[in-house]
Amino acid sequence: MIKIEKRNDVSRSIYFLTPVLAIFLTLIGGAIIFYILGFNPIEALKFFFITPISDLYGLSELLVKATPLCLIAIGLSFCFKSNNWNIGAEGQLIFGGIVGGGVALLFYNHDGFYVLPIIILSGALGGMLFAMIPAILKTYFNTNEILVSLMLVYVAKLLLDYLVVGPWSNPEGFNFPETRQFSESARMPILFDGLRIHAGIFITLITVFLSWLILYKTYLGFQIKVSGLSLKTAKYAGFKGKTMIIIVFMISGACAGLAGVGEITGPIGQLHRNISPDYGFTAIIVAFLGRLNPVGIIFASLIVALTYLGAETAQIFLQVPKYTGQVFQGMILFFLLGSDYLLFFKIKFLGLKKNEL
Amino acid sequence: MYKLYLRSLISVLFLLGFSLNANAEFKVGFVYVGPTGDHGWTYQHHEGRNAVEALGIKTTYVESVPEGADAERVIRQLAQSGHDLIFTTSFGYMDPTNKVAKDFPNVKFEHATGYKREHSNVSTYSARFYEGRTLLGHMAGKMTKTNTIGYIASFPIPEVIRGINAMTLAAQKVNPDIKTKIVWVFTWYDPGKESEAAQALIDQGADIIMQHTDSTAPVQVAEKAGVWSFGQASDMQRFAPKSILTSIIDDWAPYYVERSIAARDGTWKQQDTWHGLKEGMVAMAPYNSAMGSDLVKEVEQLQKDLASGKAHSFTGPIYDQKGNVLVAEGAVADDGMLAGMNVYVKGVEGDIPQ
Repeated sequence: MIKIEKRNDVSRSIYFLTPVLAIFLTLIGGAIIFYILGFNPIEALKFFFITPISDLYGLSELLVKATPLCLIAIGLSFCFKSNNWNIGAEGQLIFGGIVGGGVALLFYNHDGFYVLPIIILSGALGGMLFAMIPAILKTYFNTNEILVSLMLVYVAKLLLDYLVVGPWSNPEGFNFPETRQFSESARMPILFDGLRIHAGIFITLITVFLSWLILYKTYLGFQIKVSGLSLKTAKYAGFKGKTMIIIVFMISGACAGLAGVGEITGPIGQLHRNISPDYGFTAIIVAFLGRLNPVGIIFASLIVALTYLGAETAQIFLQVPKYTGQVFQGMILFFLLGSDYLLFFKIKFLGLKKNEL
Repeated sequence: MYKLYLRSLISVLFLLGFSLNANAEFKVGFVYVGPTGDHGWTYQHHEGRNAVEALGIKTTYVESVPEGADAERVIRQLAQSGHDLIFTTSFGYMDPTNKVAKDFPNVKFEHATGYKREHSNVSTYSARFYEGRTLLGHMAGKMTKTNTIGYIASFPIPEVIRGINAMTLAAQKVNPDIKTKIVWVFTWYDPGKESEAAQALIDQGADIIMQHTDSTAPVQVAEKAGVWSFGQASDMQRFAPKSILTSIIDDWAPYYVERSIAARDGTWKQQDTWHGLKEGMVAMAPYNSAMGSDLVKEVEQLQKDLASGKAHSFTGPIYDQKGNVLVAEGAVADDGMLAGMNVYVKGVEGDIPQ
């Protein structure tokens, strides 16, 4: 007989240590997989996790990759903490990119310090508006936000496809599905010559700080936390649930929109069909790995970004299949959820009673 | 005693190996847009890489590299890690390739299907796939009973429009009544969308299905529906043995071998390559005997003529959909016109999406 019991006292320090344990277990799991595939596990792990960040360029790339993940995950933490399941950050990212990119094209060949801020703000606004669709449908029509937000990802993707193939395609681009390259005034300033790390990282850091402030120092943050712990309590306390739902979706969408506009004005420099390699979905892993905590999310985004870079380096140096990166992401989440289960529940092995034999 | 010899022998070999390694061995890198097992576009580039590897030249590849912000990093990493020649095998790598090339003047870059050569160490290359389309058109025109040819197209770029036009012109030549119906799927690889498109075309009466997309889904749908089809990029015959009349094969191997040797020997020069049936960059899979030996002979003759230059896919008179002359009688379209082609010829139904 096996009996599963809820644990009453879960230590906070262990709660924040389990992600580290999950990463450690992933490394062991990864080593086993590499061994089975016929690679030297130590060497493979070195190429996977150390080589990519062993020089300045690699570190800069790590931050370039982690920036959007961190931004989106921070936004998602508002939703997830309050039991709102926004799965459509990818769509909000793309829509933010579309709005920001549209403004950037509007300012084509137009100089001025105000160009970039306007683009960034409009991108955030775009993501915000797009995220309000599932929020309003949920609050006023009781629809399921998981489905609505997910389906809207495809709407955003198709809209982007339409725009870059048709009305916004580069007039000198032989009909190839992409817009013009944005003007210099519409690009994120590069921080160091020769590296791709750009000013978007400051936006991310400011967002992290602001979200910490909101979550832990304001009444709204308190409401969000209480609603996450118990919706009934929140109702008894008289919190206005509808407003809060809309606000968390707006924050989440704005963050995803910022991530989108950061990509197109940063490393990409134009709109085309592939502005995001599913950052919006990967950020869900990042948010949970970071325990929905702003500081935790920073570390989580760096680690998940590293799995992308590592997969490339390991393929270049060892010809390890590139999909191992996704396997690593999957393993991290698997071990995290698995250890969470053991953290919150006790498994009791009871001996069989005589009359059961 | 012999153990001692063995040990010193091993250490000498080890040192030798080490010093060879330090000598910076010549290496070629490949960046693929899809997985090596897509049985289409990337698969063929990978076959080309295998041919280079077979020469004893060390190669590296990175597969499924998204055409977004990640491409630049992968290309740069290949350049940084000692690769001397790098093939970037998808259109979306055009700007990243040129950007990295600027920072690595000693590394040679080869970008497939693009048009930007901003630095002297960037070459571009592509194949005259339209010559293969002409052969397909000839077969389609002869084999169709419903006079309707279904065409699954990816993006309205000149390369795809060229293929549609070349096919339609060749089909009209042998069967003036044919109509070309097109479904734009706006993707290079999406088996679901491609099979829906194939089914839609069959439902509209097409008894010939051809594709400018990379998955094997359309030929499989055609096989099930009992209509004729043509494979794309690689020989797809085993996915639809009854239905496939032939496949247009992209054979990159000779080019990759030639350029790799040139780069290794220091004779590599910037160029814009556009090879076709003549050079073998476009090849045809074996013809299905179900179309009858007479037709096979005709097509084989046409293939020879296209390769020798006796025949040209775009020989006038060619009219656009409104009846305006695009190419005068007796003339052939020049490469400039082909490279920027953005109108349909007469006989194609519908409008180019804009």
